[in-house]
Amino acid sequence: MEQNTAILPQAGADRWQDWVLLLKPRVVSLVVFTGYIGLFMAPGHLHPVLAFTAILCIAVAAGAAGSLNMWYERDIDALMHRTRNRPIPAGRIDAGSALAFGVALSVASVVVMGLATNLCAATVLAISIAFYVLIYTIWLKRRTPQNIVIGGAAGAFPPLIGWAAVTGSVDMLPLLLFGIIFFWTPPHFWSLSLYACKDYGRAGVPMLPVVAGARETRRQIFGYTLVLGVVAVLPWLLGYSGRIYGISASVLSLGFVVFSWLVLNDRQDEAGVSLSGDKPARLNFRYSLAYLAAMFVALAADKLVG
Amino acid sequence: MVRRQRGRNIALGLVLASLALLFFAITMVKIGHMG
Repeated sequence: MEQNTAILPQAGADRWQDWVLLLKPRVVSLVVFTGYIGLFMAPGHLHPVLAFTAILCIAVAAGAAGSLNMWYERDIDALMHRTRNRPIPAGRIDAGSALAFGVALSVASVVVMGLATNLCAATVLAISIAFYVLIYTIWLKRRTPQNIVIGGAAGAFPPLIGWAAVTGSVDMLPLLLFGIIFFWTPPHFWSLSLYACKDYGRAGVPMLPVVAGARETRRQIFGYTLVLGVVAVLPWLLGYSGRIYGISASVLSLGFVVFSWLVLNDRQDEAGVSLSGDKPARLNFRYSLAYLAAMFVALAADKLVG
Repeated sequence: MVRRQRGRNIALGLVLASLALLFFAITMVKIGHMG
């Protein structure tokens, strides 16, 4: 895909806030939270200094991947209303600097993770960066309408990394947490995409609502939520967590299924365009954020109490 | 502009100093002199 090189940076126009924006701080905050839960759930002990370093490395790696993503997507970012004011398309940071920034932070985060904790955590961290940048951003995002599913896998790595930082290995529970985030991402993002990402079509990105229509997107949201409901209770059914998590996960997932069902049955015209201003999709998006946070808090509470 | 540059240098200095402290702490933990 041809990159946009027409936008030249304005010399000295960058502010330190732009470099922070390049790290996608909102994504980083979610990654830090799920990474910490992975670290917290792991058996064994990690010195607080090393635990802090591990979380810092996860945050920096996520930021670095975000920076590399913005570097590669600068051409489509310039075409979309939501992203055209990002530091690179707005001309406040030049593309080469963002690339160097992303590569430097990626390498630094992996090396420090390896030195502070162990080779396994550093390897999984490196794989997560490579997956997000090479497989999701560069290879598949512009080629398949299932791009969000693949992106979800990239975002599901932090609990594995947090766990590996403590134990030096990967186990069933962090893999189940990976599965929860993996199946949570499509209904979460597609709910947003139903009402907030209409200009992906203009940018040529094959987002599901653009390619398959809103009706099919609603079906897929419901389908993935059903699968998520099953995966969400597996830690309890397989004996990796107790009743507090089991009951919380069941109730929360049932709520998610109900909200997704409302999305599926939204009043719509022949073409699938919502006649309610996508009210159910907006509700579902907000519920999905609270859902993931509550699920992970319930898991931690279960360990604390049990 | 000069004030802005000075502010930036101070911020960068603080970040580098924090990283140096972190490396020092990691080393201390690894060689068993802390905790």
